[in-house]
Amino acid sequence: MADILTYVLHYEGELNNNSLGAVSEGARLAGEIGGECHALVLGGDDLTDELCASMGAYGAAKVFRADGPEGLAQPVVDAMAKVIADNGHDYALFGGGLLGFEIGAGLAARLRGGVTMEVTTVQVEDGKLVAERPILQDSQISRSHYQGGVGIIIGRLNAFETRQSGSGEAAVEDVDVELSPWSTKATMVQRGEQRGADVNIEDADVLVAGGRGLGKPEGFELAEALAGAFGGAVAATRAVVDAGWYPYAAQIGQTGKTVSPKLYLAAGISGAIQHKVGMQSSENIVAINKDANAPIFEFSDLGIVGDLNKILPKLTAAVKAKKGT
Amino acid sequence: MKICVLVKEVPDAAVEKRMNPSTGRMDRSGERNLNPFDTHALEAAMQVKEGGAVEVEEVVAVTMGPESAVRALHKAVSLGADRSVHLTDEVLVGSDVAATGYALAQALRTEQPDLVLLGQQSDDGECYTIGAVVADHLQMPSLTQVVKMDVSHGKLRCERQAEYGYDTVEVELPAVISVGDAINEPRYPSLKAIMGAKKKPLDAKSAADVEIDTGLVGAEGSRVQCGEFKAPPAKESGQIIEDDNTDETVAKIIAWLDERKLI
Repeated sequence: MADILTYVLHYEGELNNNSLGAVSEGARLAGEIGGECHALVLGGDDLTDELCASMGAYGAAKVFRADGPEGLAQPVVDAMAKVIADNGHDYALFGGGLLGFEIGAGLAARLRGGVTMEVTTVQVEDGKLVAERPILQDSQISRSHYQGGVGIIIGRLNAFETRQSGSGEAAVEDVDVELSPWSTKATMVQRGEQRGADVNIEDADVLVAGGRGLGKPEGFELAEALAGAFGGAVAATRAVVDAGWYPYAAQIGQTGKTVSPKLYLAAGISGAIQHKVGMQSSENIVAINKDANAPIFEFSDLGIVGDLNKILPKLTAAVKAKKGT
Repeated sequence: MKICVLVKEVPDAAVEKRMNPSTGRMDRSGERNLNPFDTHALEAAMQVKEGGAVEVEEVVAVTMGPESAVRALHKAVSLGADRSVHLTDEVLVGSDVAATGYALAQALRTEQPDLVLLGQQSDDGECYTIGAVVADHLQMPSLTQVVKMDVSHGKLRCERQAEYGYDTVEVELPAVISVGDAINEPRYPSLKAIMGAKKKPLDAKSAADVEIDTGLVGAEGSRVQCGEFKAPPAKESGQIIEDDNTDETVAKIIAWLDERKLI
C-alpha cells in the first residue's frame, strides 16, 4: 500500500484549482499503486467541515486539517512532515504554484526525500511513481525515479487536470501541529493585494498581451488600440506588472491568470516558461518580437520578426478596415 | 551584518545546452558564465550595504561546483562581493536538488550569515527550489520570488507576487531570501573591479572542511535519479514572417487571421 499526500491551497474560503488538480491526479495515481489520496489544508475558520469534505469529489479519501498561518510555506512543511511521519505516505504531490515549490522543497530537506519540480506527467512503473519534466526551455523531457525516502512531485501550473472522479465526502481529521521555531519568524502583513485597475481578461476571445518589448508603460497604448480594434482585452507579463506598467489583474502566467482565448497576440514577449504555462492552450498564438531567437516563436502558430512599433499601428488600422469600423 | 549570496555557474545563454546521455547530467562544456538571475541577488546585497539602514560588514559569494566555477565567483566579486567561498569536491558530483541544498547549507553554516540571498532560478536547471531546501537545513525563515525588500533592525519587509496578488511578509533575520528579477536592475562591473576580482580572497572548501556527511550527497546520496532523456511530443512549427515591408507583413497577418475567422 502506498498513499499519496497532496497539499491544497485555499483563499477566502475557496480551494485553489491547481491544488484540486493535484488531488485529482493523486487519486488517479493512488488507484494505480493500490493506495489512497489524502489532502492537507492549513488555515483558519474558513476551512469548514463542508469545504474540506468536498475534496472527496476529486478523489481525496481523507483530508487532514491543521490550524496555522495562511499563505506561507514553512508552517505547511511542519504540518505535512508530521502527517507523513504519523501515516507513512510514500509520495507528496503539489499542483503548480509558488507555495507548492517552496513547500515541496522544504519538505524534501526535512524528510530527506527526493524532489522533482515543473512536472508535467506522472507515470506508474513497477508500482512506483516516475515523474517527467521538460528541461532546457522545454526542448527535452527528463524522467525522475525516486530511490528511497518520500518522493516529492511538484507539478507545473495547469499540468494536472481537475476531475470530479470521486464519490461522496472525504473524511476530515484535525491534526495538531507544533510549528518549528523558524516557521513562526515570517509573518503575513498583507495577503492578496490587488495592484492597479481591476480588468477582466478571462472572458475575452481575443487577447493582446504586452511584455518588456513594448519598451515603456506608454507602449501599452499600442496594445490597447489593437485590442480595441478586435473587440478584445489587453493582458501583460509578470515583468511589466512588477515594473508597474500594467495592472496585476491583467497578468498571465505562473502567479497570474491562465487563459485560453481564440486568439492570443503576444507583443514584445520573449516567452519564458512562467508565461507560457498561462497561455499555451490558446487556440491561435501570434507573436511579434524583434528577437528572432525569442522562445515564444517555438510555440507560436504565426511569428513575426520585426519592430512592434511599426507593425502594431498598421495592424490596428488594417483590422479596423477589415471589420469596417 | 553579514550577507552571503549563493551563485552558480551556468552555460552561457548563447550556447545550446544539452544533456550528456551517458551520465544523465548536463553537458557543461563550452562557454560558461555567472547565472544571470544571481546578479539580481548580488545587486540586492549591494543595495542593502549601500542603503545605510543597517551596517553590512561583508558580502560573501558562495558557490558549489567544479574548478571552472571560480569564474562565477570572480564575476560575483567584480559586482561587489568582498570575498568568495568555493565548495568543490568529487563527492558532490551528481547531487540532486535536495543534496545540493544540504551541501550549500553546510558551507553557509561555517559562515554564520545574517542574510542569505539567491536568485529566483538558475538559467540551466530552472529549479526555483534551492532556497527553501537551504533554509530548512539552516532552520531559518525563507521566502522566494521577493521583488521588494526593506531591511531594518533585524527584520526584513518583503513583497512578492503569490497566487492571489501581492503579499507583504515580515521576516526575522537570519533568513534565506530568493529574489525575483524584478527587484532591481543589476549594475555593470567597472573595469577596475573586473581587474581586481582575482585579488580578492577566495577560499576553496572540501566536503570534509564543512563537515558534509558524504552519504547524503553525490549521485549515491541523492533520492532522485534523472535520466532517460527524450524529445517532447513534436509540435508543428508555426509560420514565421520576417518583417521587411510592414504593409506586406500586415497584409499577410490579416490574411492568416481571416483564414481562421479570427477577425
